[in-house]
Amino acid sequence: MVEAWQWVTKHPDKLAGWTLEHIWIVSVAIAIAVVLGVALGIYISRPGKEHIADSVLYLAEIMMTVPSLALFGLLMLILGTIGLKVIGFLPAVIALVIYGQLPILRNTYIAIREVDPAMIEAGKGMGMSERQLLFKVKLPLAVPIIMAGLRNAIVLLIGITAIAAIIGAGGLGVPIFRGLRNARMDLIIIGGVSVSILALVVDGLMGRVERWVTPRGLKRR
Amino acid sequence: MIRLDQVTKIYPDGTEAVNEVSLEVGEGELCVLLGPSGCGKTTTMKVINRIIPITKGKIYIDGTDTTKIDEDELRRNIGYAIQEIGLFPHMTVGQNIQVVPALKGWPKDKRSERAEELLELVGMNSAEFMNKYPSELSGGQRQRVGVARALGADPPILLMDEPFGAIDPITRVRLQDEFLKIEQEIKKTIIFVTHDIYEAIKMGDKIALMNEGRLVQYDTPSNLLFKPKNEFVEQFVGADRALKGLQLIRVKELMTGTPPLAKADERVVTVQARMEREGVDCLAVVDNEGKFLGWVDRVNVGKGETVRDIINRSVATATANAVLSEALSLMLSSGFKTLAIVDGINKLEGVLSFDAIQLALSEVAQRRGSE
Repeated sequence: MVEAWQWVTKHPDKLAGWTLEHIWIVSVAIAIAVVLGVALGIYISRPGKEHIADSVLYLAEIMMTVPSLALFGLLMLILGTIGLKVIGFLPAVIALVIYGQLPILRNTYIAIREVDPAMIEAGKGMGMSERQLLFKVKLPLAVPIIMAGLRNAIVLLIGITAIAAIIGAGGLGVPIFRGLRNARMDLIIIGGVSVSILALVVDGLMGRVERWVTPRGLKRR
Repeated sequence: MIRLDQVTKIYPDGTEAVNEVSLEVGEGELCVLLGPSGCGKTTTMKVINRIIPITKGKIYIDGTDTTKIDEDELRRNIGYAIQEIGLFPHMTVGQNIQVVPALKGWPKDKRSERAEELLELVGMNSAEFMNKYPSELSGGQRQRVGVARALGADPPILLMDEPFGAIDPITRVRLQDEFLKIEQEIKKTIIFVTHDIYEAIKMGDKIALMNEGRLVQYDTPSNLLFKPKNEFVEQFVGADRALKGLQLIRVKELMTGTPPLAKADERVVTVQARMEREGVDCLAVVDNEGKFLGWVDRVNVGKGETVRDIINRSVATATANAVLSEALSLMLSSGFKTLAIVDGINKLEGVLSFDAIQLALSEVAQRRGSE
């Protein structure tokens, strides 16, 4: 523990570099995952798409159960066959986007499906088109649940990104794997503790963002 | 105005919700759809704005087949008020009221002006409530906003599904009275769904009594009460028809003008002299703006110096749009044989005496006997 602290005070630049790299990877992955997950969630929540919804959600659940190491391996294989870079940033982001899907997609889907039918009827009854109903009624009412899913996804991805270091993506996984190879406990502790702190801080921030984007009338007083 | 021609709704599972219902609602009329739960009254209302598509038949609005009108366009021209849960919780009161005007593309200032106007119309202070959220309102206030929202873009037709359901009886009566007053101002064609026969008699120009998807009798409240078409109507109306008949008469038809008055700071002796002169046993006490404060009774004159000392404040009041049955029950619970009739801001408009109710009751009973 003491050694870990001494190392940090000696090389703060290195730790900062890994942390920034970590945040960058997660940010890119989350940005893509949100757009994809929310769009897909909206699409499968439309009436008449129930069978598609079931299979999409099932697939997303299965992907979640695949161990991240195996998924990275699988991606290397696939990316290799289509001639793309098999290590580094690209495969890491792809894997993270896949992992981020379930919480975002599922929460979007559930949030929209669970909107009170009376609200939908009121909107329709006043002459809203399907589109207006989605943007003026369903989505605003779904925001709190979608945000909870997003928050889940971010914390999850911060953890998984640590493992992405094994395929050369960088980030806070680097000291962990380096420590594992060289039996350097201090490096393992530095990486592990940093990932946890990052996850906690981001989770706290997301809690605030959640309150901020929730429509005022929906907030619990 | 609105004409249903042999409208039938059969659900995919074979349930016949509405069976060959034909009825016509004239312009400016309030038609109540009444019946036990599951009789098809709500479905009948919802086929008019095509929230529920019909299986057979035709619906005409001003002679135009509604299926020929764009669905959204049709709905934007029909006000729609469902029970209080229909308000959007993520929108302010003002935004809720502006939903249809916004959909119709009204400019912003015209919209907010309209919202303010409507809030005042339903008796709410626009400055205070405009930016509140539904969760900050009481049940009665939400119902008012619901009515205001339905009137948003000034539609010629209103559909109202138990708009005064799910609130306490006292607030309910007040909302009904206020709505009747508003209705006289706005003159809309209204379809009003309820399961409450008292509400139906009080509110409706015509009542369509339904049972098991069929229209049983479509008539004026008075005919429904006193000329029931068959046994079902008779049973639904119930044995206490004479009492229900009191729902047919409004306070304003029987009330007399402002009675002899007294001010709270007058001396009892002056007031006593006035009672002698007018030949009455009590005087209504009002403040300088004419707002009703209570009664001063001859039996209490020895008990104080000024009117303020002996005033009887624990008395009920009613509005001119209240019906006799409500007035009677207020009178009975207050133990006072005269009821003060006030307007929305408690200004004294007149009085209703027990004798007047008694007379009306005997007339209703005679009407029943003469059949």
